[in-house]
Amino acid sequence: MEPELTDSDPPKLEPTQDRGRKKGGSDRQPGWADGLRKLYDSVANEPLPDSFDDLLKKLDQADNG
Amino acid sequence: MADHTHRTGSRADAEPDVFRTDLLALLPQLRAFARGLCGRPEQADDLVQETVMRAWTARTSFAPGTSMKAWTFTILRNHFLNDLRKNKRNTQLDPEVAENTLVARATQEEGVHMNDLQRALDKLPEERREALLLVGAGGFSYEEAADICGVPIGTMKSRVARGRAQLHAILEPAGS
Repeated sequence: MEPELTDSDPPKLEPTQDRGRKKGGSDRQPGWADGLRKLYDSVANEPLPDSFDDLLKKLDQADNG
Repeated sequence: MADHTHRTGSRADAEPDVFRTDLLALLPQLRAFARGLCGRPEQADDLVQETVMRAWTARTSFAPGTSMKAWTFTILRNHFLNDLRKNKRNTQLDPEVAENTLVARATQEEGVHMNDLQRALDKLPEERREALLLVGAGGFSYEEAADICGVPIGTMKSRVARGRAQLHAILEPAGS
């Protein structure tokens, strides 16, 4: 989603056992590896629920209160 | 998404508005991380709100030029672990019961894949789950993830590797 991995040590797929998975490869990617990201992105892309409407007010109150 | 979190020179005490904008821009990611950690949407959102409040009141301790994302994720994580410890003492949240509830909820056929995944994630030990979320989904480097969890980088790598293997074993049992 965002390119934050530029500075150091980009996460490589671990060379686990005998599975020749390639980074970013859609060839033989097991469902869960993509899925984890999708699960995360699906929440990140949700509109903020109403319960967050008051958050700004709360921040201000935290200052003044 | 633009990278607001590495904006430099925004001293939190001098520029609270910038700080606040940056903080609120992180809400979607904080929600995603929280949801992955605890699985339950309402609880996850409460956790995020608590995190934002804490971050806001502690904003002068944020080092300008560092990653606000990593900083807020650390707060969220610590808060989550504290809650977890408290809950273990106060209410007896039986993991078996919790799991069955999730399974019951996941019986609808559509979207079964995502439910399976969340359920499998919930079965992982806490430290592996957060490792996978941070590195596998959250886009953190091993080093950043290790900092967030307060462990050496080798430990983080091992947690990610074990978490992946375990997730794989749960979702695709041998022979399938």
